[in-house]
Amino acid sequence: MQMLLLRIVIVLTLALGINYVAWRWLFSLNFDAWWIALALVLAETYSLIDVCLFGLTMWRSRTRPLPPPPAEGATVDVLITSYNEPIEMVMDTALAAKAIRHPHNTWVLDDGSRPEMRAAAEAAGIGYITRGAEWDDQPRHAKAGNVNNALMQTAGEYILILDADQIPRPQILDNTLGYFTDDRVALVQTPQVFTNVPLTDPLGSQAPLFYGPIQQGKDGWNAAFFCGSNAVLRRDALMQLGITGYVEELDGSIWATLRTAARVLRRARTSDAAGQPAVQEALSAVSDAIAHARSRLKRGDHYAEITYDLQRQVDAAASSIVAGDLAGLQSDLAEIRELAAVASGDGGSSMDHFLDMETTVAALATRELSPLNALETVQAVLRAIDIDRADEAQPVMPLATISVTEDMATSMRLHGLGWKSVYHHETLADGLAPEDVGTMLTQRLRWAQGTMQVLLRENPLLQRRLAWPQRLMYFATMWSYLSGFAAIVYFAAPIVFLVFGILPVSTNAFDFFIRFIPFMVANQLLFLVAARGIPTWRGQQYSLALFPVWIEACRTAFNNVVLRIPLGFAVTPKTRPVSTGPQWHLIKTQIVVSAMLVVAILIGCVRLFVSGAEPIGTAVNIFWAVYDLVVLGILVTAARYTGHNPQESSTE
Amino acid sequence: MKFETSPIGDTIAAIRGAGRLNMVSASALRETVSEALSTGRTRIVVDFSGIDFVDSSGLGALIGCLKSARQAGGDLRIAQPTAQVTMVLQLSNLDRVLKSYNSTEEAYGE
Repeated sequence: MQMLLLRIVIVLTLALGINYVAWRWLFSLNFDAWWIALALVLAETYSLIDVCLFGLTMWRSRTRPLPPPPAEGATVDVLITSYNEPIEMVMDTALAAKAIRHPHNTWVLDDGSRPEMRAAAEAAGIGYITRGAEWDDQPRHAKAGNVNNALMQTAGEYILILDADQIPRPQILDNTLGYFTDDRVALVQTPQVFTNVPLTDPLGSQAPLFYGPIQQGKDGWNAAFFCGSNAVLRRDALMQLGITGYVEELDGSIWATLRTAARVLRRARTSDAAGQPAVQEALSAVSDAIAHARSRLKRGDHYAEITYDLQRQVDAAASSIVAGDLAGLQSDLAEIRELAAVASGDGGSSMDHFLDMETTVAALATRELSPLNALETVQAVLRAIDIDRADEAQPVMPLATISVTEDMATSMRLHGLGWKSVYHHETLADGLAPEDVGTMLTQRLRWAQGTMQVLLRENPLLQRRLAWPQRLMYFATMWSYLSGFAAIVYFAAPIVFLVFGILPVSTNAFDFFIRFIPFMVANQLLFLVAARGIPTWRGQQYSLALFPVWIEACRTAFNNVVLRIPLGFAVTPKTRPVSTGPQWHLIKTQIVVSAMLVVAILIGCVRLFVSGAEPIGTAVNIFWAVYDLVVLGILVTAARYTGHNPQESSTE
Repeated sequence: MKFETSPIGDTIAAIRGAGRLNMVSASALRETVSEALSTGRTRIVVDFSGIDFVDSSGLGALIGCLKSARQAGGDLRIAQPTAQVTMVLQLSNLDRVLKSYNSTEEAYGE
């Protein structure tokens, strides 16, 4: 019944939305002010698509029945990821994890390698894992690397992943492991809920719409996301991901790198020094070896054999030359290493590394290389394609490393391999949220950046192994992070009208309202029905008010993926910084926009009463500007917020 | 599961196990291989004739060992996989990377 009502409202909202936006495009654009007219209609189209995706999400929203009991003897590792959180906080979580009822092993994954953390964990009889020497000078891949490292050192069938500030309840495994009796289930995600947040939730920490209707909606399409913490994963599925990823990586890199090596070699053979017989011989031997390797690849020979033989042949050729120009060689090699070191700076995939290698080679190839040096360069390239993935600490990386939000990328790949995921809607861990606006902004920026990285690196719409609804479920979340651009227009349009009298919509009031108001009402109704009484206003405010964060995330993610500029990634601090009064400087942009809205309202009033501006248009735009101000108003509360005081809230 | 190492020639170590190569026994394989590497036998051949089951953790360990062997200047090869193991290698596409040899002697029969 509830479902039927929901579906009726979805259909109604989409019909009215399409009716409105189609009319806007076809009959109401003000071409005299095309710049704002076009911007506004594009923003409205963006929002309509957002609503469509929300409608699709809700269409098969599912509340699951309780799962069966866990399989007899299921083995579990509980992994607590930590970087720099206070020992006391990690230990609170670790001790709660140790007290989980279902049999399991508890491990603290300390990426900070702190001796006092080790001591505390060991004193409490809790396992302690940190990165080994193989990670030195290799990309560390943040939390994904931390968990991947631990996966190689533990052996449980299932993995419960917890952030250091998510205190698990004793029944967390009893209530989730049963889902895995379906042996295609790879992931069970439970909500992330925060206990240190007052009811008014000034920082918008709780995400009741996401950890509720949205995840349940995605679950209906077998697309519930992994969210990094409070989730149980099947080890076998993760390892399978790591292995197929490993083979795919080789598929791509071996061919491309052989081509690059051949190119560098051709250059070397045309240079003067190639006239020396010994050098000539060596270069032609390598050239033959590369050609042979390529034909073997075509034939479908095994990578291990091909690369092994190739390396041997190249090594033999190199050692056959008497090193004549040792000094030149040394300096060239130093340069290669330097370039390679710069290249492996930011935590991209090893494909990144490989492409950087190509840049390195291209850079070197433009210089006057002696053939011997060129041979060394070719060798360096060939080493990069060896099947041991020399550019990574571990050849097998189960958790995806293409994004700072490894979780979303990982679940997308799991779905791509045909695994199922489950969203279990029951709070089974109590978390701690950031308690100041600065930390909150860092965290939101990181999520948005990570999501955009996944969009740019592995666009879900292009993933052929995902069903279309699954692709759209991932895309929906990414699409929502583009809202920053639409928000600018929604702030600018009323200002432009009130100050300059320019209306982007060219129509009479009746034609506009008859289409717009029904859509708006249906849209709000859809949220009301879908949310089933959950408060959504705070979320709506933040999705609009944090527009500078969303835009910054898009910009930096684009720079990172396309231009290879590091993200400037920051770990979210889990403790409250020493308070230094309201953090106004963090919300400068929004303060400026608010001031502009206020001034625009004043000018609008003057124009209405003094110069006789159009009353309905002015009224609508003043209303709109006031709405914008109310939305932005949450940031005043946020900037002044100094953390949760439970005593205060209990007397509220 | 226990793995046993027997030398072939001067540089080759044949590693044999019996039973299931899975998440539980994966670390034993890793230890056995790194032991062999540390004694200077960098050319490893893993004899699969007694291994009737391998899961993706087992494959993961195998790839990890391959990396260690290559880094030590040697190699890791596999011999005599059973039907289940061959199937898993195919399903994971790992058969594109690793060649299965008919015997431990043949693995390095150059």
